[in-house]
Amino acid sequence: MTVIETFPPGLVLVLGALVVPFLRGTAQKTWILVLPLIVLVLVWRVPDGTVLTVSFLDYTLTPVTGDALSRLFAIIFSIMAFAGGLFAINHCREIEITAAYIYAGSAIGVAFAGDLITLFLFWELMALGSTTVLLTGGGQKAMPAAMRYLLMHIMGGSLLLVGIVTHIDTTGSIAFVAMKPDSFATWMMMLGFLVNAAAAPLSAWLPDAYPEASPGGMVFLSAFTTKTAVYVLIRGFPGSEILIFFGLFMVFYGIIYALLENDMRRILAYSIVNQVGFMVTGIGIGTEMALNGAAAHAFTHIIYKALLLMSAGSVLLMTGKRKCSDLGGLFQSMPLTTVCGIIGALSISSFPLTSGFISKSMISQAAADESLMIVWYLLAAASAGVFLHAGIKFPWFVFFQKDSGLRPPDPPLNMRLAMILFAALCIGVGVFPGPLYSILPFPVDYVPYTAAHVLTMLQLLLFSGLAFFICLPLMKRTLTISLDVDWLYRRLTSATIRKLIAIFGPIDQAIRASALAGLNQAIGRVYRFLGPEGVMARTIPAGAMVYWAVTLLVVYLVLNLI
Amino acid sequence: MAKKKNTPAKEKAQKTPAKAKSPDTEKLHWLVRPQSIRNLWIGGGVMLAALVAIEKAVHTHGYFGLDGTFAFNAWYGFAVCVAMVIAAKGLGLILKREDSYYDGD
Repeated sequence: MTVIETFPPGLVLVLGALVVPFLRGTAQKTWILVLPLIVLVLVWRVPDGTVLTVSFLDYTLTPVTGDALSRLFAIIFSIMAFAGGLFAINHCREIEITAAYIYAGSAIGVAFAGDLITLFLFWELMALGSTTVLLTGGGQKAMPAAMRYLLMHIMGGSLLLVGIVTHIDTTGSIAFVAMKPDSFATWMMMLGFLVNAAAAPLSAWLPDAYPEASPGGMVFLSAFTTKTAVYVLIRGFPGSEILIFFGLFMVFYGIIYALLENDMRRILAYSIVNQVGFMVTGIGIGTEMALNGAAAHAFTHIIYKALLLMSAGSVLLMTGKRKCSDLGGLFQSMPLTTVCGIIGALSISSFPLTSGFISKSMISQAAADESLMIVWYLLAAASAGVFLHAGIKFPWFVFFQKDSGLRPPDPPLNMRLAMILFAALCIGVGVFPGPLYSILPFPVDYVPYTAAHVLTMLQLLLFSGLAFFICLPLMKRTLTISLDVDWLYRRLTSATIRKLIAIFGPIDQAIRASALAGLNQAIGRVYRFLGPEGVMARTIPAGAMVYWAVTLLVVYLVLNLI
Repeated sequence: MAKKKNTPAKEKAQKTPAKAKSPDTEKLHWLVRPQSIRNLWIGGGVMLAALVAIEKAVHTHGYFGLDGTFAFNAWYGFAVCVAMVIAAKGLGLILKREDSYYDGD
């Protein structure tokens, strides 16, 4: 095989991204658009099995190991990089796009990593890339949010590293294969993965950090970190029952917090946690149907969530406003953004003929096949809840609701094109699920479009819609945020430290003062003894020494004589 | 179909402001005119009723018993959504803070 065929496609994107700041004008824009497409072709051509091996210390790394699952994620990551680049090209700084492509490239690197060491290296590069996206594109609040984000990911990365090192130490193998959470090493690895999946209770970093990014920045951020976590969980921990509990908690956490939220992009951030919850539940169920469902849902989710965030990002860019209470009535002047936002909203809600319908339903089907009754009922309730918090709430409060008097036009052409591309994909995949099903990790034996399935889904969703409008008075937007687990490290710890300082500060000062006084006293004594005026500094006449020497000799003589 | 349903209900909350501006009704976007909103509500209601009625003709098989009963998804979707809104409202009493809460940090 040639060098080009064996070179890691993720690294092509990472290295290609480094060229972006050195280009100018049309050449730069062309490169930003062409680079992800080159990577897409390379990803598509990665065959099954190990393509590249590299010796590192005593280990043989396998940085490019292909199979259907790796390719599926790498393909959608490449498509996402292209659409994200297209959307961001005129309003994001070049350094931000560079960071975003390094971030996307390392996500592709993770997808093809056949060993744990390569996986870890790309995992950490992803954290650095995403933090840079936040730092370079965000506003004033982005800096502290990015630092909290980085700290959380360093912690997750450390857990993963501890797990990997212990695993290699006990098993001697660096291969990244399916495991069970049955040892310290595998638990640490799973927890490291779950931090990136925004699993409870460590999910607050996501709605804390992502909405502080630029409009284009958040589109990138929504796609890679959580979905690589889904990928590694599918490959590393399929069928681990505890994931069902994590997943279901995430699903409802996302809905409740999104219902309380006023910031349009924070609504969508909570909704990422909600959607990843569906995938994590599917991974916990662990059958071929469930894993196919989780993988397919990750694929479709990246598209419709990016579309929703492009729509929200366009509104933010054109109005400078992000709170639902300031928005409303935008459908009149932003028709394309509205239509694309609604298509994204219908897809996330799994409406028939949209991409969510053909992916999420596989997870519910798997729960039914395995006779997991409670899981199935909860997933059905959650499906209704998705329509409630993202499917209607987002478009309603942003584009309809009341007339805010704002009349911004649709965003510039490149952003419109990016939205049209992803809206078309949402509907295309929903109407023709065949191509997506054919690239899933397992053979698909599932027919989404039956009369019963379409009817039951429509009933579930449309009556949820009725509930939304009936409950509308209860959902009046308020200028509030909702406390989350991040309160512990943003408020409780700092407040506790301040209190401790208030209590122990005076005690500490008293102890220091008395210790200092004691020390001064001791120094004074020593000074009196050893100082220039001290006993030891006195000059003693030689006669005295002779006197004492003679005395000693006399004593010695007397003792001898006795 | 979904969009049709969304729109009728969506317009309900706009009813009041729209009516308040009644002298300018002619200038309003057609979608927010009181008459359109009324029509959309009627259309939405008819569609919901039709969705339940069609179930007589389509065989929906349940997996666990209750989910196979007539119009299960309709009432279940409605009920869980109301429950979630109320749950969120309740939790909001404890969790909500001014959106400048962390600003001094």
